[in-house]
Amino acid sequence: MSPAPVTVTPLSTYRNDTPYPFCPGCGHGPILDRLNEALVALGRDPHEIVLVSDIGCSGLSDQYFDTHAFHGLHGRSLTYATGLKLARPSLTVIVIMGDGGTGIGGAHLLAAARRNLDLTVLVFNNFNFGMTGGQHSATTPAGALTSTTPGGHLERPLDLCATAVASGATYVCRATSFDADLGRRIGEAVAHPGFALLDIWEPCTAYFAPRNRLGKKATTELMASLGFERGLMHQSEAPEYGAVYRAAARGVSAATSVASTLIEPRFRSSLTRPFRLVLAGAAGGRVGTAAHMLCRAAILSDLFAAERRDYPVTVKTGYSLAEVVLSPAPIEDATVAAADALVVLSPEGRAQAAPYLSRLVSGARIFALAGIELTADERRVERLDPSAAPRKLPSDVIATTMVAAVALRLELAPLAALRAAAEGEGDPARMSAAIDAAERLASAP
Amino acid sequence: MREFIDGSTAIVRGALDSGCDFFAGYPITPASPILMAMMRELPPRGGVAIQAEDEIASIGMCIGAVMAGARALTATSGPGMSLYSENLGLAIMGEVPLVVVDVQRLGPATGGATTVAQGDVQFVRWGTSGGFPIIALAPSSIADCYRLTRRAFELAERFRCPVFLVSDKELNLTTNTIEAGEAGGVGTPTASAHAVPALAPVGGDDLVRFTGSTHDERGFLTKDPRKVERLNLHLAAKIEQHRDEIELVEADLVPQARTLVISYGVTAGGQREAVRAARRTGHAVSSLVIQSLWPVPERALASALHGIERVVVAELNQGQYLREIEKLAGSREVVGLQRIDGRLLTSDQVLEAIV
Repeated sequence: MSPAPVTVTPLSTYRNDTPYPFCPGCGHGPILDRLNEALVALGRDPHEIVLVSDIGCSGLSDQYFDTHAFHGLHGRSLTYATGLKLARPSLTVIVIMGDGGTGIGGAHLLAAARRNLDLTVLVFNNFNFGMTGGQHSATTPAGALTSTTPGGHLERPLDLCATAVASGATYVCRATSFDADLGRRIGEAVAHPGFALLDIWEPCTAYFAPRNRLGKKATTELMASLGFERGLMHQSEAPEYGAVYRAAARGVSAATSVASTLIEPRFRSSLTRPFRLVLAGAAGGRVGTAAHMLCRAAILSDLFAAERRDYPVTVKTGYSLAEVVLSPAPIEDATVAAADALVVLSPEGRAQAAPYLSRLVSGARIFALAGIELTADERRVERLDPSAAPRKLPSDVIATTMVAAVALRLELAPLAALRAAAEGEGDPARMSAAIDAAERLASAP
Repeated sequence: MREFIDGSTAIVRGALDSGCDFFAGYPITPASPILMAMMRELPPRGGVAIQAEDEIASIGMCIGAVMAGARALTATSGPGMSLYSENLGLAIMGEVPLVVVDVQRLGPATGGATTVAQGDVQFVRWGTSGGFPIIALAPSSIADCYRLTRRAFELAERFRCPVFLVSDKELNLTTNTIEAGEAGGVGTPTASAHAVPALAPVGGDDLVRFTGSTHDERGFLTKDPRKVERLNLHLAAKIEQHRDEIELVEADLVPQARTLVISYGVTAGGQREAVRAARRTGHAVSSLVIQSLWPVPERALASALHGIERVVVAELNQGQYLREIEKLAGSREVVGLQRIDGRLLTSDQVLEAIV
């Protein structure tokens, strides 16, 4: 037996019973009536439609439709629409914003157009802020009278459509609220699978129209006098952002970068109290790698370790500092107020090392790369010269070599622990060479 | 078995284990590692992470996504918090469950991008117009970064409001050793308990009417004073009447102590060591680490203040939480231990202030 046929009754309206609140002659009501016609023609489930309204008189629009409604902040409607559509791709998302919203939310308009997410933007463009007293907006023509341009507007209007086209919108059309085919255009824009913008010019009968004698005929003439095109300006096919995002996500490796890398202590350190070191070097000198290696070697040796970093806002220039605390007990205070050992790895680190030099603990050890002058009693400085190794070490393992040598001299962690930790920090062959060099350096006079 | 991780990673894990499936953010030091991790982690899990055009769009996208049924996180630092301000108000008014990480850095303005501070404590409380309450948690260790992120998602959904995780540069970017499992990453996370019905999403079976304007129970704009008052009382009461449930502190109290030291966030590390050192030398000192900054945990504070004559409040600002303690301390002496030079308060400095 075949299943009973399902009868679908298209909605005759998406409007509710509440009358519009707009001024007599305002274009908002007629545009919303055309939107309703477009929705009826498209026949989509109202549960799959959300009207996202911006601020101003047009921001009231969502209340007159029995669909989902989202009324947010001024100029930000495109951001809410983007979140709604990305989180629930099946939604038909229609943004209603005024010319004010396009101005304050200009960055969002550019970004949304470039993304080509499947959103429809209906701009209710009446050239001024109607709700707040007729102030000028981003689309107010030069010379126009508004409550904030009593001598005529001095700025030129934003060409919304040209801006949207230049930014990559894939459906762009300019219309007026008087157009007989406006409902069809709205339907086209909503059905378009990408970012669609419809710039709809209309009269603000409270302020802009009477001040500037902008009726139906003058609205059309204004377009021509500004040299703004009318009708469908651009329609193209381009990958829709949501679809592209989901396809790209399927190709991304599922390997997580935040999974636990557990360390099982299997060596022993002779350390019986907290020990605080400062490693002072240069950005790009792998100070972080060296500090990380030392900490992991310590944890492998049944210690606790903490590594606090300090660096300027520049990237491959300037200093790079690491404060390292090693302790037989969990570490709460990861700062180094007074260091047990200071390791100066490069000239850039010297200035950063200076404050630590003045507050070392009694009996603290000072290590420096050969050739770096310090403002310390030279007899106290232990010089390490990795270049004395039989084979020249690559520059990216100098810091690791120095720090491993210091760890050996201070008996912070055994050689095997340093070797195991180093091999986890980079190319095993290079890291192994670094530890070999460290072993020689540690025993050098 | 131990683990060597930073707070940023613990926060990301906490979010993922809470079922977070949407993230939007904008690059800013020192919060960027969270953005970068979520960009890697969410897409293969079927979620969405996006780098937005600015911070305003970041939080706006999160609010939109939550209203479509997603569980969202965003993360920023001081300058980004300034741009979040208006949408934090929208999240309060629209009752949007949203977790916001503020990885504090030294302000004002650009301040010190790679420099620690705890200068946003009052900012998160009063960061948007209207003065309505929010919830803010402050992790004080790497384990807290994980645990309190989980708790932030639970509270956001229970009370349908933005919940802040107030962290800082040093807590997020310092790597430390923890015991395996202290910051998740081991085994399957337990699901969060949902004490309230799930949010009815846009696109679901019930038509949703969301608005940032003062509205009635059906989501329509209203100026009816009774309805306006009912809404506004509700927005405050849902948090104020559940203060005890939200309250979270680490109380290490000694009955004979006459001195109590209070801190929160990264400053708690130095405090814990200082208190141990003080006790080793025979000084009875009580310690309170506040993990739920807002609302102020008044019940726990009243209990900790019992028998205390002198209170030391340690923080990396010029006394922002000190003023909250003063309101509750009666005639007790309350002193601030503060540092605003971009460095942490060390255990030695705290010790000096409490013995």
